[in-house]
Amino acid sequence: MTQMNMLQAINNALDTAMAADERVLCFGEDVGVFGGVFRATSNLQQKYGKARCFNTPLVEQGIIGFANGLAAQGSVPVAEIQFADYIFPAFDQIVNESAKFRYRSGNLFNVGGLTIRAPYGGGIAGGLYHSQSPEAYFAHTPGLKIVVPRNPHQAKGLLLGAIHDPNPTLFFEPKRLYRASVGEVPDEDYRLPLGEAEVLKEGTDVTVLGWGAQMEVIEQAVDMAEKDGISCEIIDLRTILPWDVETVANSVFKTGRLVVTHEAPLTGGFAGEIAATIQERCFLYLESPIARVTGMDTPFPLVLEKEHLPNHLKVFEAIRSSVDF
Amino acid sequence: MTTTRSKVVYSPVFTDGAEFRIPTFKLLKQDGSLYKGAKAPALDKDKALRIYRTMVTTRILDERMLAAQRQGRLSFYMQCTGEEAAVIGSAAALDDADMIMAQYREQGALAYRGFTIDEFMNQLFGNELDYGKGRQMPVHYGSKKLNYMTISSPLATQIPQATGYAYGQKLAGEGNCTITYFGEGAASEGDFHAALNMAAVQRVPVIFLCRNNGYAISTPAAEQFAADGVAPRAYGYKMDVIRVDGNDVLAMHEATRAARSLAVEHNRPVLIEAMSYRLAAHSSSDDPSGYRSKDEEAVWREKDPILRMRLWLERKKWWSEDDEKQLQETMRREVLETMKRAQKRPPPPLESLVSDVYDEVPPVLAEQFEKLKAHIRRYPDAYPKSAEHAKGGA
Repeated sequence: MTQMNMLQAINNALDTAMAADERVLCFGEDVGVFGGVFRATSNLQQKYGKARCFNTPLVEQGIIGFANGLAAQGSVPVAEIQFADYIFPAFDQIVNESAKFRYRSGNLFNVGGLTIRAPYGGGIAGGLYHSQSPEAYFAHTPGLKIVVPRNPHQAKGLLLGAIHDPNPTLFFEPKRLYRASVGEVPDEDYRLPLGEAEVLKEGTDVTVLGWGAQMEVIEQAVDMAEKDGISCEIIDLRTILPWDVETVANSVFKTGRLVVTHEAPLTGGFAGEIAATIQERCFLYLESPIARVTGMDTPFPLVLEKEHLPNHLKVFEAIRSSVDF
Repeated sequence: MTTTRSKVVYSPVFTDGAEFRIPTFKLLKQDGSLYKGAKAPALDKDKALRIYRTMVTTRILDERMLAAQRQGRLSFYMQCTGEEAAVIGSAAALDDADMIMAQYREQGALAYRGFTIDEFMNQLFGNELDYGKGRQMPVHYGSKKLNYMTISSPLATQIPQATGYAYGQKLAGEGNCTITYFGEGAASEGDFHAALNMAAVQRVPVIFLCRNNGYAISTPAAEQFAADGVAPRAYGYKMDVIRVDGNDVLAMHEATRAARSLAVEHNRPVLIEAMSYRLAAHSSSDDPSGYRSKDEEAVWREKDPILRMRLWLERKKWWSEDDEKQLQETMRREVLETMKRAQKRPPPPLESLVSDVYDEVPPVLAEQFEKLKAHIRRYPDAYPKSAEHAKGGA
C-alpha cells in the first residue's frame, strides 16, 4: 500500500499495465515527455520509450481513429483526450466505429483493447470548456463501456479493469479529485470489475446514488441527513454503461426512495434513464418520486459555478424532500 | 521550436504552389502497347492472368448483382465498374499478410485475395453464412483470414484507423503494411487529414490510395476541391506522393509495388492518387443521368481498363478469344448458380440481434432479448424470419 492522490494512482495503473504487456501504448496531446497537462502520464515515455508513449498532433478524431486501428491490430491503446470537453471531434470514431466494430463484423474484428481516458467534470473554475460531464451522450451508444472512479483506489483498479476489459471503454477521470482525493492504493496489479455498482454504506430510509466526484458530495449530504435521523444507503454506480440495475433496484426495494445526482445537465442526463428503469422495476415499492439532483440545463458557467453544481446542500434538500414526501 | 526552415524576404511574397505540378504515371496505352520509353513491369504470366481474371470476375459480379437488385432480389448494390485496374492492380502488388482497409467499392481487392463468389453472395443476401451475420447492408464485406477489414459506411473513418493499424504492424516488426482506399470525396473529411499527418509524423508503413473517380455521388471533383486533385496535399504533410493513371493496371501495380517498398523498408507512408472514372452509378439508389452527360461517360468507356489489359495480354500471347469466351461463360454461370443457392439459405439466428454488441450479452440487454422472444412467440406470423428461433428460452 502507498499513499497516492488520484493522478498518482492513474499514473501507477498505466505504469503497471505497460510493464505487464508491451502491447499497451499511451498517447495523446502532450502525454509524451511532458507527461500530460495534468501529469497522468509522467515518466512513462522515459521508462517505456517514445514508441510506446508519445505525443500526437492536436486532432482528437485522429487520436481515436488511430487508436481504433491499433486496437483492431491487436495492440492495447490507452488514448488520452486532454479534456472530456474536447472529445466531440472524435464522436464519430467513438460512436460509429469503436462501439460498432465487433457487431458490424460479426466478431471477425474488434477494438476491445481500446481505453479512452479523459479528465472530466467541474469544480476547478474551468468554465464552459474545461468542466463538462458528457457521459450521457455516450451512454446512448451500445457497444461502449463507461467508467467513472471516485477515489485513487478505485481509479487504479477500475482503469486496469478497463484496460483489460475486452470491450472499448471510456474512462472519465473527475479532475477535481486529481490532487484533492488521497488514499491508500495497493502496489500490485488489481482489477476492479466493470458493470458492478458498489454499496458504500447501508441504510433503510433512502438510497442516494451517484458516481465520480459526486460521491464526496453525497457523503457530505448524507452526514447532514443522518444528523436529522435519516438512514441513507449510498451507492457508487462506477460503471455508467452497461449499468448495474440489480444493485440499485435491490436497494430501492428496501428503502423505497431514490435520489440520483450527477453534474451533467438534467434534461437527457443519465439520471433520467436510472429513474425510468427503477420506477418500472420498483413501482409498488416507491414511497416518493425519484429525485434528480443535477447541473442546470445551461452551458457550464464560470463565476457562478457553485450555484450551477449539485452540491451537498442541494442533495441534502432532495433527501429531505424525498423522506418528507 | 519551429520546424520551418525558410529563406527570408523583405516584401510580401505569396505562393500558390503552382510549381508543384504533379505528373501522371502511365505505362499502358489503350491499344495494349506500352508507351515509348515505358519499362515493362516485372509481372509474370500467372500473376498477370490472376489479375485479369479477377478484373473480369468483378465486372461480371457487378453487372449480375446490379441486375439482381433491379429484379428486387437484393436491397442495394455498388459497382466498381471502370475502377477495376486501380483497385485490383494495387491490391495485387501487396503481400497477402498486408491489411486492406477499404471504403466500399473495392470488392476487386477482396476477390483478388481469394474471397469466393459464395462468400460474396452470403454477405449480399445477409444469410446465416454471412460473416457479418446479416447486420450490414450489401457490399459491407470483411474477411479476417484474408486480412480485409470489414467495411464501415461512414466515409473516411478507415483512414486514421489504417495509420493506427500500420503503426501496430511497425511495432510488431512483421514487415507488413496497411493499404487504405477512399474516394476523392472522402478525402475532404477531417479524418483524411488527421490520418496523413499522423502517418507522416510517426513514419508509419501505410499506403493511402485515393480513387479519384470524378464524382462523390453527384458532386464533381471540381466542386470538391480547387486544387490540382488530392495529390498536392501530401506536400503539406511531407509525404511521398504519386499520381497514376488509374485505368492502367500495369502502372497501378508498379506504383503500388514501389510504394509498398517505401512503406515497409523505409517507414515512409505514401499517397497514391489513381485517376479514374466511376462508370457506374454511385450505387443502385443513384441515377447519374441527373448530373452528367452520356457523352462524358462515353469518353471514359473508351478508356476501359479491362479491355486495355486484355489487349496487352493478347499482344503477349498470354490470352486468346477462346480464353475470354470460356472465362465469361464460366463466371456468369458460377455467379448465377451461387446466387440462387445463397438466396435460399436461412437468415441468421435471432440471437445474432444481441450478440457481439459486447464480448458477452450484458444483463440489461439479455432482459430485452427475453422480452422480445416472448413477444415474437405471441405474434409468430408477424416475424416469419425468427418465429422458429424464438421458441427456445424462457
